[in-house]
Amino acid sequence: MLKTFPIGGVHPPENKLTSDIPIEYLPVPETVVIPVLQHIGSPANPVVNKGDLVKTGQIIASGKGFVSANIHSSVSGKVNKIDSAADSTGYKQIAVYIDVEGDEWLDTIDRSKEIIREIKLTPEEIVKRCFESGIVGLGGATFPSHVKLTVPSGKKCEVLIINGVECEPYLTSDHRLMLEKGEEILTGVTILMKALKVEKAMIGIENNKPDAINHITKLASEFKGITVYPLKVKYPQGAEKQLIKALTGREVPSGRLPLDVGAVVHNVGTAFAVYEAVQKNKPLFERVVTVTGKSLSKPGNYMVRTGTPLSKLIEAAGGLPDDTGKIINGGPMMGKAVCNTDVPVVKGMSGVVIFPDIESVREEIKPCIRCAKCVLACPLNLEPFLLMTVSELGFFERAEKERITDCMECGSCSFTCPANRPLLDYIRLGKSSVIKMARERNLK
Amino acid sequence: MSYLLNVSPSPHMHGKESTQKLMFNVILALIPAFITSVFYFGIGAIIVTATSVASCLLFEYLIQRFILKKPISITDGSALVTGILLAFNLPSNIPVLIIVIGSFISIAVAKMTFGGLGNNPFNPALVGRVFMLISFPVQMTSWPVPKGFGTGYTDAITGATPLAIIKEGLKNGEPLSQLMDKIPTPAQMFLGNMGGSMGEVAAIALLIGFIYLLIKKVITWHIPVSVIGSMAIFTAILWLVNPEKNANPMFHILAGGVLLGAIFMATDYVTSPMNSRSMIIYGCGIGIITVIIRVWGAYPEGVSFAILVMNAFVPLMNAYIKPKRFGEEVKNG
Repeated sequence: MLKTFPIGGVHPPENKLTSDIPIEYLPVPETVVIPVLQHIGSPANPVVNKGDLVKTGQIIASGKGFVSANIHSSVSGKVNKIDSAADSTGYKQIAVYIDVEGDEWLDTIDRSKEIIREIKLTPEEIVKRCFESGIVGLGGATFPSHVKLTVPSGKKCEVLIINGVECEPYLTSDHRLMLEKGEEILTGVTILMKALKVEKAMIGIENNKPDAINHITKLASEFKGITVYPLKVKYPQGAEKQLIKALTGREVPSGRLPLDVGAVVHNVGTAFAVYEAVQKNKPLFERVVTVTGKSLSKPGNYMVRTGTPLSKLIEAAGGLPDDTGKIINGGPMMGKAVCNTDVPVVKGMSGVVIFPDIESVREEIKPCIRCAKCVLACPLNLEPFLLMTVSELGFFERAEKERITDCMECGSCSFTCPANRPLLDYIRLGKSSVIKMARERNLK
Repeated sequence: MSYLLNVSPSPHMHGKESTQKLMFNVILALIPAFITSVFYFGIGAIIVTATSVASCLLFEYLIQRFILKKPISITDGSALVTGILLAFNLPSNIPVLIIVIGSFISIAVAKMTFGGLGNNPFNPALVGRVFMLISFPVQMTSWPVPKGFGTGYTDAITGATPLAIIKEGLKNGEPLSQLMDKIPTPAQMFLGNMGGSMGEVAAIALLIGFIYLLIKKVITWHIPVSVIGSMAIFTAILWLVNPEKNANPMFHILAGGVLLGAIFMATDYVTSPMNSRSMIIYGCGIGIITVIIRVWGAYPEGVSFAILVMNAFVPLMNAYIKPKRFGEEVKNG
């Protein structure tokens, strides 16, 4: 019996169109726009000025406070301006505009193809290097990795969990990375194990990627303490708490962190970035992005510098199809629809999915028939129909009591609703009101 | 860019399930039972079903068009399902006019007065059926004997249902073992060769429908299994305590409307609870009340009443019985 999480979940059509297409390096664009906030936490402070010459990999904004991350230049060239720019969420924020001149990397970065397995750094040095290199969680949440690697006193990490699930439909960037950079990923996992001082790492990969499972399992036999677990395909298995439950049987209590059950979860992409930062001294300024969609002429997986405009990426994938109705940053279940193609690629962008017109509009909303499919689909055993109703009516105390803040917005409820009810839309609304309410209460 | 992009919050995919498809699957699941009832009761089964479906659809249309002045939603299939289920709960020789009255109660009173689909607290088909049972007790309890295609509509030979035979006989002091000889064998009952409402007789057809609904994920096992399971346990206890007075569990499950009720009526989305814990309590409640009515009550059959009684508890259950939330109790294993 394959492992999986026990409660709820849905099976969206996988549509992994690009799983056989190797990662292609996208040419460096003429200009890049690098936002100083590409992570969860406080924005980084720009440390370059207009007119400065920067090299690829040079720090251009430094992390402010503990929960923050450094931002590095992804290109070499001249800083054109520091101004606000709309990122993929649509909100404007500070960004560094750079005009590209050549591609000159910092000398400290080891650009050789050689794979170094021997880890010279101490655990403390590894955490420091992750912070310096601006490593954040590349699964999409972009939580600064050095924070996750710093185990507070009194808590103990027992197992490192590596997320190779990639449960979002369409996306294949982690899949390709596992196939092409397996050894680097496993070295990265070993580095993370050393930093966390754990003996055991579990890699969870969904069973729809048998080639990746075989490849990583074969390689893992050469590494100490790493085991690969194939998982039954079910969305949202890549969610942190669901993955911990699936692999270890432990349930992270509501409102607590994985470390409270002795687990730390990192994505395979992050493990690769950690490898590059620690072994090659290369900061995080490029990542694999899946560009896909049924009407795209050349969908694929691209290694892209951060700050590259989305339009360049789509151009490389054959250009925007005529029937385009929606462009999604991330996967179709949890990703955000973008309003134009000028937005820059950021650290957390795992995919760009292009939907044709017909798939990008919602069906008409019908009355709730109380079929309970949303309740059965919710991986947290919440009652989405109820949360929607109380949010709609503004009963936020009730919403709080029904644990609306536990919702991780996976979208299984809206996905499954036969009456096309916008469950998650209202739940988000209720959730933000409840969080605001709780914050005001705490201030009193 | 020359055109606008759609921007909406996630999820951007939908499961392509719809109310209409769910109702269509329920109708497909009812087809085996319809075929068997035509097989046993002939033309009457077709007349009753057609009348009931047509009048349910018509009443919903008329109310939406002329009273509520709202968009017509009869194509969602819910009135169609109500019509079929109402017909399945009737004897196959019941006069057309009574069916029309029953359909009116089902749709106009039990469904549309509460606001239409999704808002009615009680199962519309059962409200209609119980109304008819109380208002037209003679017509509602003269069951045609299954004679196959040759059976006429109103001139059918009628007889008692197995449940009524047992109930009557026990009241007259006849020993159960003698009464059991008067009713069809379990095999005959399983195949549906007995008197009863047109859709409830053939256990095998209803079970095929049940399996179909489970495969298509239209319903979950919780309600049907807990109804049948609780009935089996309760009647088994009674039977073991006094086998001369109480029929065996097998008889109780195969006779009357238990399977039709458990699989198709109790699982009605709108009027059943919305999480698996409550579903099991609701199902057990139906099973237990049915047995109480059958053994100690005035009616030989009690499934309809039991479901309606438990329907009344659904809002309470939804408010107070909550699923165990993920991460509610710390479990380290």
